Amino acid sequence: MKTWVFAEARDGAAAANALEGLAKARELGGDIAVFYLGAGSNDAFAVLGDHGATSVYHLPAGESLPAPAAAAAMAELAGSEAPDLILFGMGNTERDVAGRLSVRLGRPVLANAVDITADEDGLVVTNEILGGTTRVASRSTGDGAAIVITRPKAFTAEPAGGGVPEVVAVASPDVGHAGEAGVLERHEEVAEGPDLEAADVVVSGGRGIGSGDEFEMIDRLAELLGAAVGATRAVVDAGWVPYSYQVGQTGKTVKPTIYLACAISGAMQHLVGMKDSSTIIAINKDPDAPIFGVADLGIVGDVHKVVPALIEALEARG
Amino acid sequence: MRIAVCVKQIPDPAAPYELDPETHFVVRPEDQVLDDTDRYGVEVALQLAEAAGDDASVTLVSMSPSGSLQGIRQALAMGADKAVIVDDASLRGADALTTSRVIAAAIGREGYDVVVAGTESTDGYTGVVPQQIAEVLGAPSLTFARKVEAVDGKIRIERQTQAGYDVVEAAPPVLLTVTSGAVEPRYPTFKGIMQAKQKPIDTLTCTDLGVTADNQQVITSVDPVPARQAGEIVEDEGEGHLRIVAMLEEAKVI
Repeated sequence: MKTWVFAEARDGAAAANALEGLAKARELGGDIAVFYLGAGSNDAFAVLGDHGATSVYHLPAGESLPAPAAAAAMAELAGSEAPDLILFGMGNTERDVAGRLSVRLGRPVLANAVDITADEDGLVVTNEILGGTTRVASRSTGDGAAIVITRPKAFTAEPAGGGVPEVVAVASPDVGHAGEAGVLERHEEVAEGPDLEAADVVVSGGRGIGSGDEFEMIDRLAELLGAAVGATRAVVDAGWVPYSYQVGQTGKTVKPTIYLACAISGAMQHLVGMKDSSTIIAINKDPDAPIFGVADLGIVGDVHKVVPALIEALEARG
Repeated sequence: MRIAVCVKQIPDPAAPYELDPETHFVVRPEDQVLDDTDRYGVEVALQLAEAAGDDASVTLVSMSPSGSLQGIRQALAMGADKAVIVDDASLRGADALTTSRVIAAAIGREGYDVVVAGTESTDGYTGVVPQQIAEVLGAPSLTFARKVEAVDGKIRIERQTQAGYDVVEAAPPVLLTVTSGAVEPRYPTFKGIMQAKQKPIDTLTCTDLGVTADNQQVITSVDPVPARQAGEIVEDEGEGHLRIVAMLEEAKVI
């Protein structure tokens, strides 16, 4: 068994989803290598070793979108190294590379994996569909690597005490016009308060809040609870908060102690990002909103009354 | 400017889809709707075409059982010029890689400068078909666009990133994927709906495109996940917030 884990560099270290992938790779056993894309350092690589990687293929990124070159470099390496499994986390660059690698290797992509197991016939990949109500087990048939994109937090990242990995520098292949998407500017939109993915309490708002100005009550409530602020895709698309706040299928996955959903109806693509929270509290004026199907406490009421009253009650506690 | 838009007809999301118990394929009703996320791709394509002028064309490309094609008509009614549908029995249950090869072949046959797609379908959610199409076509991909414009013959986007956004551009031929924050899709006008009935829809098979279905993904089992127990539902009579406070205390977060 030989597993590769793709890691995109974020702020000079591997994205958290790569460490989650390494946890699963260790459980499956065998050789583990990381394909690391972007700015790295000995410290960053040592972390990957600690999490179980024995080697790291390092491709620095340039001033173009790196996916076409990364996929080409991975495909070339895969030709000689023959990995059985290539794991990607759920992120935009990860999806770009996985899709292109799939074409290069002529292998399908099994996406949204929540588990991967091995049996005598090979690898079985489990994913959840229909908002997490149905589990589907799949295999990729034929020869070659299984390419799998995992759901965030499906596996728990843990250091395993591994040593410093061997680092192999990878040259960027020329991929012609496909590689010519130039990055002109980079902008950071910094979220205030606790890290959404790690917070113990998350307060999220949906489109029913009404407007970007009214969304400020969600910020205030979160502040009082020491909570992170989340949002639905509709709120992000409306431009009230940046994408980094998005919880759901194509945003972040959270598992806090308390998830407080304000004016969120509970679309499937949102539920998959928060349904594993310990306690879910929902406020919605529609008694038939699907969010009430997963809520431990559901308040059928107007968020514009319940939230200000809640804020007042919490402020009174000091 | 020749613009191809990838669209998908899906079972109406208001009525959750089912999997065939034998084949595990999605049961596709005769009447499917346009995936809502595709309306954004169609709108971006129409705006690029309008900016480019009279020579621009917008062609919908879809792999779908033909059925009533009402979802395709919806997109034509928004203003697309024509549609190309790939309908072939061998494509039932096709995996994403097969799908991308088929669509790329159809786009290549039409000729294109720009391909527009959504970021993922609402029913399948693999979320890599556009990138696969770009790789098959040998085109750069400007993905996860929250803003799109044509500047000096190039396509420039704001691309969502984990940290914020990047401004990225590429010259045609190019593929872009758009989020639903990119534009506000137009509603079809009555005139548009009437015109859509006359617009050409070409139906192609795998043979026409010279591709063969090579499905390498099999579903081995489908099981329900134990449902989360629904809790207590309380009608707010002005005291609802106190119940929340009590639960926060119980969880020891306040």
